[in-house]
Amino acid sequence: MQTQNLKHYLVKFQSVIALLIMCIVLSFLSDRFLTGENAWNVMRQISVNVIISVGMTLVILTGGIDLSVGSVLAFAGAVTAGMLKFGAEFTDWDIYLGFTLLGALIGGILSGTFLGWFNGITITRFKVPPFVATLAMLTIARGLTMLWTGGFPITGLGDNMAFIGTGWFLGIPMPVWISAVIVLAAVVLTNKTKLGRHIYAIGGNETAAKLSGIKIKKVKLIVYSIAGALAGVGGIIVTSRLDSAQPNAGFGFELDSIAAVVIGGTSLSGGKGTIMGTVQGALIIGILNNGLVLLNVSPFWQQVIKGFVILLAVVIEKFNSKED
Amino acid sequence: MEIKNNQPPVLEIKNVSKDFSEVYALKNVDMQVFPGQVAAVIGENGAGKSTLMKIISGVHLDFEGQVLLNGENVYFKNPKEAAEKGVAIIHQELNLISHLSITENLFLGQELTTKMGLLDYPKMHRKAKELLGRLQLDADPRTPVIQLRVGQQQLVEIAKALLLESKVLIMDEPTSAISDNEVELLFRIINDLKSKGVAIVYISHKLDELFKIADQFTVLRDGEKIGSGNMKETSHDKLIQMMVGRKLTERIKKKSALVQEEVLRVENLCFLNPENKNDYLVNDISFSLKKGEVLGICGLMGAGRTEVLEAIFGLFPKYVSGKIYIEGKEIRIKSVNEAIEAGIGLVPEDRKLQGLIMNMNVEKNTSLSNLNRISSFGFIHKNKEEELSKYFIKKLNTRVASSKMEVQKLSGGNQQKVVIAKWLATNPKVLLLDEPTRGIDVGAKSEIYTLINELASQGMGIIVVSSELTEILAISDNILVLSESKLTTKLSREEATEEVIMKAALAEKEDKSQKTGDGRQETGISSD
Ligand SMILES: Nc1ncnc2c1ncn2[C@@H]1O[C@H](COP(=O)(O)OP(=O)(O)OP(=O)(O)O)[C@@H](O)[C@H]1O
Ligand SMILES: [Mg+2]
Repeated sequence: MQTQNLKHYLVKFQSVIALLIMCIVLSFLSDRFLTGENAWNVMRQISVNVIISVGMTLVILTGGIDLSVGSVLAFAGAVTAGMLKFGAEFTDWDIYLGFTLLGALIGGILSGTFLGWFNGITITRFKVPPFVATLAMLTIARGLTMLWTGGFPITGLGDNMAFIGTGWFLGIPMPVWISAVIVLAAVVLTNKTKLGRHIYAIGGNETAAKLSGIKIKKVKLIVYSIAGALAGVGGIIVTSRLDSAQPNAGFGFELDSIAAVVIGGTSLSGGKGTIMGTVQGALIIGILNNGLVLLNVSPFWQQVIKGFVILLAVVIEKFNSKED
Repeated sequence: MEIKNNQPPVLEIKNVSKDFSEVYALKNVDMQVFPGQVAAVIGENGAGKSTLMKIISGVHLDFEGQVLLNGENVYFKNPKEAAEKGVAIIHQELNLISHLSITENLFLGQELTTKMGLLDYPKMHRKAKELLGRLQLDADPRTPVIQLRVGQQQLVEIAKALLLESKVLIMDEPTSAISDNEVELLFRIINDLKSKGVAIVYISHKLDELFKIADQFTVLRDGEKIGSGNMKETSHDKLIQMMVGRKLTERIKKKSALVQEEVLRVENLCFLNPENKNDYLVNDISFSLKKGEVLGICGLMGAGRTEVLEAIFGLFPKYVSGKIYIEGKEIRIKSVNEAIEAGIGLVPEDRKLQGLIMNMNVEKNTSLSNLNRISSFGFIHKNKEEELSKYFIKKLNTRVASSKMEVQKLSGGNQQKVVIAKWLATNPKVLLLDEPTRGIDVGAKSEIYTLINELASQGMGIIVVSSELTEILAISDNILVLSESKLTTKLSREEATEEVIMKAALAEKEDKSQKTGDGRQETGISSD
């Protein structure tokens, strides 16, 4: 009985345990690892991934996928930077609009939300499979970013903008604050609200959910919009940290995000998983990245190792759920 | 009671126990199965019947005790190995792959190939057609099974097991979704198998069936064997007493307190077959339902019973025409949500596919259609949710370790109770029930009938589709009989008897065969 209990706990806290082991091993291998500075560094680095992975988790919980987050992130960042720096000029009507920082931020988030909503429309209204719909958006949003920026970075955005990505508040970096608030909201959403329950139900069995009176289309539309909005927030942070909107920002972010979700134990077929699992997944990837850099492992090997960690995590997960 | 038999048993179970992490499911169970005989296993929902069958057929690997085949100790590592050794099983839950055709499902894992190693479709289709013919399932073997109704899928499952030509055939509630006609057919096949020396293990909650087909019985209660013996030496009441451990109280006869107020009226309801534009699944049906009325719908398989409910519930708005009135007001139902908003509820026929979120717990499944009632500002009150589910667990006597148990871990009958609870809780104006007691034990059945009566007397209009005539006769005030997508007869509870209903159910079919018969006669005459 006791061994069973122990096993139960081992399974339940496997990601936490994996995290601890990684930390302990790394602190022996590198004396730079276990410093406050490095800890904040890791947290700051993963915050963008955490934010977009929250959206990704919601999408995957419904049984979908969002491959477009990286491009949407870039577009939202570019929109924010463009609005902030150049405003909007309508030469035909001789109108010029300048934007405050807040206006630009809202503009960025809204543009991300819009692209996410568009994903939702193609998926629910036109029945395009999520993989294809968001793959198309990956290209569309990247192209829009190139058009918007003309292929060149938009730089020099001012101190206020830079504060979002590099500033500190109450001894904690701003991006960490932002991601913490978003994670908290998402935990409440998934555990306590009707919408959260509907998300799980749709991923668990869409037919049964529909016959139970859940508005499938509406819920999916909301979920993809949230994913777009969060990619927008991610875009703002990335832009702010670099003090410039890069046209190729966010390249490949969708993969890190999916990896975090999967390592966190969320099932790709939907209906099963948690936000906190995803946060742990993002932490595992972040610490791994950080450790490999500190240990001077070549970037090529880093990729190989990361791939194997993803495989390992999923294999362990499958093995455990079979035992149950 | 001892089972006497001069032959040695082909299958023997000795001292089998099994516990799942939360509960034990079987305790020291013994059983013997003889060649050429049907051994019935009975017991309440959650008694452990399916678990025992899964142990025999190599699904559950982790158990205590022995399984002996022809006197030899066997341990099957998986169902495939069991099948190869001659032990086949028809599971209680449907396990077909919905997008594959009937043929592909039948031959899954044992495909026939040509000399080149390619799939030999013509041969497989031919064999499939022959099998379907034996079961009188009138369908093209190329049809994807997703297009079949639950009853038809159950026949495919039966055909799949027949294909294995096993020595021991386990049937876990094979008749829960098929109507009397098909049951007769199945019995003919079983008798045929018996004469070939096949041993059959047969699970069913329909006790009358057992007296027709079974030779021996074994009763399980709470995972323990309570008794066994020969069917000839027992009675209906004795079996129930053993299963339940007490006498069942006679259920209250329904008091007809019909008011004249109409809650639902359907006029000229048509449902075009999405697969075939010249065919109607529901052909011009009109009826009305009063408040407090229980309306039974019966007919043979494929008569359009389920389709009537689906048409009303807005599942296929594009293919449905006709007028639907709720409380005298015409409503246009273009989606399931609109149907629900209009006050209609549907307990669907397939709990696994349409009824439940399998990896969610009992509480969450029960509350799924009732979230509005137990939440404020979009936030769910967890304590109200727990209350709701516990109320129905008690009311329906659902056997669960706790209300936090995932429904996929419940026995089939208990899963069905969760689906029913979900819809009863919504308290709709019109409740549509499609095979509501599929897989539910005798005790719980009468509980559910009582509940249906209670709801009706509170003014709900209820439509019940069932392939069990006794069920229809027991609870309905009025009965509609469908045949070949048409409404052939409306009967009141006083007029209805099994004979009258069966005749009406066959009406259109006979009509059709008469017509084709006439056709043959004519050609006969002309060639003369
Ligand atoms: N995977 C599982 N995990 C935990 N408990 C389980 C699991 N499978 C079955 N059980 C439990 O074992 C008991 C016996 O279940 P079983 O399916 O054998 O019942 P049954 O006699 O077939 O009932 P029914 O008539 O409803 O089909 C039930 O209490 C059920 O909840
Ligand atoms: Mg069972």
